Amino acid sequence: MSDAFDIAIVGAGPAGLAAAAAAATHGRRVVLIDSQPRPGGQVWRHDVRHGYPAMADRSIREALSSRGVTWLAETQVIATEASHLLLQDPRRGYLLPYRSLIIATGARELLMPFPGWTLPGVVGAGGLQALVKQGWALRGRRVLVAGSGPLLLAAAATARKHGAIVTGIHEQASTGELHRFARSLWRWPAKLAQAAALQVSLRGIDYRHGSVVTEAVGEHAVSAALIERAGHVQRVDCDVLAVGFGLVPDLTLARQIGCATRADTLHPQVDVDTHQRTSLDDTFAAGESCGIGGRDCARLEGRIAGLAAAGVAIPDALLRRRDHARAFATLLREHFALSPRVRELARDDTLICRCEDVSFGAVRAHGDPRSAKLATRCGMGACQGRVCGAAMTELGLGARTDARPPFFPARLSTLGEPDFPSSLPASRGIQA
Amino acid sequence: MTAREARLIVDGVIRRVPASITVAAALLSLDLPFRRSVSGQHRAALCGMGVCFECRVRIDGVAQQRACQVTVRDGMTVDSE
Repeated sequence: MSDAFDIAIVGAGPAGLAAAAAAATHGRRVVLIDSQPRPGGQVWRHDVRHGYPAMADRSIREALSSRGVTWLAETQVIATEASHLLLQDPRRGYLLPYRSLIIATGARELLMPFPGWTLPGVVGAGGLQALVKQGWALRGRRVLVAGSGPLLLAAAATARKHGAIVTGIHEQASTGELHRFARSLWRWPAKLAQAAALQVSLRGIDYRHGSVVTEAVGEHAVSAALIERAGHVQRVDCDVLAVGFGLVPDLTLARQIGCATRADTLHPQVDVDTHQRTSLDDTFAAGESCGIGGRDCARLEGRIAGLAAAGVAIPDALLRRRDHARAFATLLREHFALSPRVRELARDDTLICRCEDVSFGAVRAHGDPRSAKLATRCGMGACQGRVCGAAMTELGLGARTDARPPFFPARLSTLGEPDFPSSLPASRGIQA
Repeated sequence: MTAREARLIVDGVIRRVPASITVAAALLSLDLPFRRSVSGQHRAALCGMGVCFECRVRIDGVAQQRACQVTVRDGMTVDSE
């Protein structure tokens, strides 16, 4: 197994990039794996019109230009075996051996069911941002953004930058909570600066608090949203309705290999010690998979995980900065907690499982999630419960189950006789 | 056609889209359909990051591809499912 990399890192967002750069600085042979064609993860997703933000660009160059970092783009982890990852890229599948593993798989969006949410034109808030950066032409289209959390502002700003007419941002948290959140922000100057910059780019857009989208209306696609605020319902026409309720850690890989998790919220996170070590030997985790803490926290945790996996000393100052950044996670979840109103939106005929078209009423008719699954196929479709699982947890319908291998659709040849290839694809660096 | 454009054949019709965008972005921009659900409802991209599987289409004859994970290529065939 002399070909094995010292450290395999799954996820090339802020955490994974920082981990790769830190470990490579100390001479370790690192392989950085991501399902996307370009590095950056979700928060630093490449924008087809505007490129990368400056900070992302620097971090990507630093990580990928390091000697000893091999970058595997468009590569998905399909399954795991002892000290091996079964990988698949557009050309082939193969087993990759590693000595240490850093899980930097990030988060996905919490999407809550409400009447009409399956209509084309209804997307997540993070979904809007991702699709716009992928080239969705929004010029002249009316976009309404709703749900909860700072991501709503970032998504609205991106849409506006691409020419969309943002007709409003509707945050479910109350005005009181948002004011308390804003007053606490001074402890995180970088966040304050981010908030100020967003305020400028969102000038003139209505930002409502305590405001909830109760229904998406339309025949074959969304044409309007019903919005409830202080007991009044208003109908607002729109071409795109983007609704997201924050993020939940992506634990598919961590759970599969057996890392212990803990639940500070309804949605568990990987349990790590102060050096980002998980419960397993030589296995580390960093960033949103350890709880939703944002980009700055992810970068610091990634650096710590990279150093820890390389077996070098970690400066106390770095650990203190991480603790401070991590404290922001607590702030986020306190002030953007979901109001009970959001959990009451789904009606009996509202679909909860979009893959198998299972209604909320059908799931609720069964006592426990297992019998609901067996009787209705809820969560057994293509997404493997990635969307409905977190929603069901929020709705009190049982703990979410994780995707099982193959984590993503795999070719038979990948699952058949995967051999570790004699030569890995050369590092492709940053493609222009 | 310039190098900054790609020609897609979507449900049998030639469409010109900017090169380097994803298939999902192309279909959304052109208001074209993605797939029908198991009970026949129209569905389109939702999460944009390969998680929800709502944007599945047939690409170059291969069924059930997530359109948000695939960059357009000149001559690519895309069929709604």
